[in-house]
Amino acid sequence: MLQSLLSPDFFNAILRATTPILFAALASSVASKSGITNMALEGIMLFSALFGVIFSAMTGNFAMGLLLTMVAGGVIGLLLAFFVLNLKTDEILAAIAINLMATGGTVLLMLAVSGDRGSSTSISSVSAPKVVIPLIDKIPFLGQILSGQNLMTYLALLAVLVMHVFLYKMPLGLKIRAVGENKNAAESVGISARKIQYIALILSGVLASMGGYFLSGGYMNMFTKDMSAGKGYIALAASAMGGDTPVGAFLVSLLFGAAQALANMMQLTEIPHELIQMVPYLTTLVGLGIYSYAGLKKRQKLAGK
Amino acid sequence: MNSNDKKDLERPQNACGRPGPERGEVAWLEHKIVLQMNHIMKIYSNGVVANEDVSIELNKGEIHALLGENGAGKSTLMKVLFGIESPDEGQILLNGQETVIRSPQDAISKGIGMVHQHFMLVPSLTVAENIILGVEPKKGGLFIDMDKAVQEAEKIAGKYNFDIDVRAKVEEIPVGIKQKVEILKALYRGADILILDEPTAVLTPQETDELFVQLEKLRDNGHTLIFISHKLDEIKRICDRATIMRSGRSMGTYEVEDISTEEMSRLMVGREVILTFDKKPAEPSAVYMKVRNLSVRNGQGVLKVDDLSFDLRGGEILGIAGVEGNGQSELIDSLTGLNKSYRGNIWMKDTDIEKCSIKDIRELKVAHIPEDRMTSGCAGNLNILENLFSNQYTDPAYSGKMLLKTKKIQERSAELIKEYLVKCKSFRQNVGMLSGGNIQKVIVAREFSTGPDIIIANQPTRGVDVGAAEFIRKRLLQFRDAGCAVLLVSADLNEVFSLSDRLAVMYKGKFSGMFTDVAAVTEEELGQYMLGLKHQEEQEGVIYE
Repeated sequence: MLQSLLSPDFFNAILRATTPILFAALASSVASKSGITNMALEGIMLFSALFGVIFSAMTGNFAMGLLLTMVAGGVIGLLLAFFVLNLKTDEILAAIAINLMATGGTVLLMLAVSGDRGSSTSISSVSAPKVVIPLIDKIPFLGQILSGQNLMTYLALLAVLVMHVFLYKMPLGLKIRAVGENKNAAESVGISARKIQYIALILSGVLASMGGYFLSGGYMNMFTKDMSAGKGYIALAASAMGGDTPVGAFLVSLLFGAAQALANMMQLTEIPHELIQMVPYLTTLVGLGIYSYAGLKKRQKLAGK
Repeated sequence: MNSNDKKDLERPQNACGRPGPERGEVAWLEHKIVLQMNHIMKIYSNGVVANEDVSIELNKGEIHALLGENGAGKSTLMKVLFGIESPDEGQILLNGQETVIRSPQDAISKGIGMVHQHFMLVPSLTVAENIILGVEPKKGGLFIDMDKAVQEAEKIAGKYNFDIDVRAKVEEIPVGIKQKVEILKALYRGADILILDEPTAVLTPQETDELFVQLEKLRDNGHTLIFISHKLDEIKRICDRATIMRSGRSMGTYEVEDISTEEMSRLMVGREVILTFDKKPAEPSAVYMKVRNLSVRNGQGVLKVDDLSFDLRGGEILGIAGVEGNGQSELIDSLTGLNKSYRGNIWMKDTDIEKCSIKDIRELKVAHIPEDRMTSGCAGNLNILENLFSNQYTDPAYSGKMLLKTKKIQERSAELIKEYLVKCKSFRQNVGMLSGGNIQKVIVAREFSTGPDIIIANQPTRGVDVGAAEFIRKRLLQFRDAGCAVLLVSADLNEVFSLSDRLAVMYKGKFSGMFTDVAAVTEEELGQYMLGLKHQEEQEGVIYE
């Protein structure tokens, strides 16, 4: 057991398990920075997982499949923005609606497309390729972890950097942060808060859809019912605990990814697997607890108690 | 230019003795009118006439005071100018041309800037980022050119002698600097006309002095400043002309030099300033409220109440005067149970309230008239009856085991509405639809109807019409005569002067002064204590009894 925990395979598995959470956590951070909690990540991921299978099968090309899935994710983000910003729906209620629609809608859609209501095995989709990085793959131990990952994993790591630069070095990022923190201040200098929040939610949808795509086109090679399994919610927690910054979200996502990888590995042991499946969620709960407690202590310290 | 013009002769040797520039050198000497607002009328949807036929004229390069009491319509007029509200009637002429200002953005693009009383800044961003927000300099077409932003921010700060570290985060800088950032923001966007909404309300005297030097510099650079205030001495100090407003109307524009402060205050309040009540001498009884070594920090960790100790007895009114933000709100929040993280002890009639909920405190017969009637005073979407009973719906007189005794509540509501002269259609009307004064009367009725022993009144007459204010004050006196202990926090000096039996001045979380002979205190003296220029002899652990 301990031996397998120290093997490069395990670390490799951590990165793989981190990937979908990371995409969604980045999606959550950009939405949160603009002042909106995007709880629809779960639904967007689930929809995107199915879309990824369908679009890549239709085009016979993973890149086209990914691109179309991202467009679809952006559209769902736009839909959420429309409900929240134009129709003034409560952002949590709108997100719940999207998530419930995803649970039922994906099964219906899959049944219509493949005639199967459990998984999409009959659809011949194209997954994203694994990438072997020359030279790095020759490094002992480290090479086995860093090289040979799915392309989406590398894209996720790249997205951390891109989102960091976007939020902190680009005018639009500055505006997103300003709107999220003090809407009145942003509007007083002529920024349209609504426009900025639209953009942030669309971007959030696109990022989440990439995480969803990876679920069915990398992590697994097919769509199965409810395959997002709460990763969107875990990502919300990861983003919040990471202070809604891309780098912070990345670090916490790694932790949650490790918990997931650990759970996967422990399935080989004799511990009842129902118990093991709790691990990622338990980690999230404990993590949030520690995070909130630290926040409380900090506030109390400020208040002088 | 007509050299016989009286104004031209007078201006260079202005009241504050600043050197007048050579005649003809500076454009403001020509009295070019940059802005006219003519016959502005604004009626809000709840029927409040905020502006009625108000006209104002601004010259280039002047500091123009807009003077009036709270609720006189100053803010509305400026909201119209800044495009936040659209006027129902009237026209705006900018440099002689009629314009319509549709939005704040529109106002900014026309060279009008506003420094809001509540700062419009993003705390986690740096000063430079706040200044360039929305008009960021770019490099490579994609990225913010932060170096250039810092340079430009420093350049504009340097031009007007603003000593600011533009790389500091806004959340880490003091209030006085935040205000300068607001001014810089407007200047960076090319504001010629700058509206300053009570800019000194949050400043220390030193910061105020510094601000005034900078405002004069701005004026001498040809900017036009509108200075909203109700502090007469400040207007005397730096303003050239003053437009005085009273209950939505303009009382005229005056050369500040030609008008005395007495005349200004008469025009502002429309009556002789000194309020008098038939007041019996106080008969203080037992100590009802005891505060010992109370210290409170706000959410940012700033010490707002600093080791305060005092007693309040039944049958007396203790007034607390002071510039807003010197800890009054934090003190009241702690006394009423809204804030639980304080150090020290508070007793209400021998009960230490540390472990008491707000409801427990109220059950000790403590009534609270909150500072902000809309956020913590009432529920605007509930009707008058529901608001009147929000603090006594569990009283067996009005509530059975399961259901409320509707009929009794309705009868009592009708009584209270009558007794407290609430102007409304019926008790089913939503409180939010009433005027400010009537909302306040509903709150006062609710608080007083429980028969309190201790009344904590925070700004009880703020933004309330004169009639309602007199009514509330008289009630406070009646309760005091009946043996009730009253703690009165008010920014209205008139009010604290005329009601208080003892008067404390709060400055930076401490009582800088405590006067037992209120009649002997002059307004000037009080002002000096309020601004921290004077302190009463400080003794270690002093308790004001």
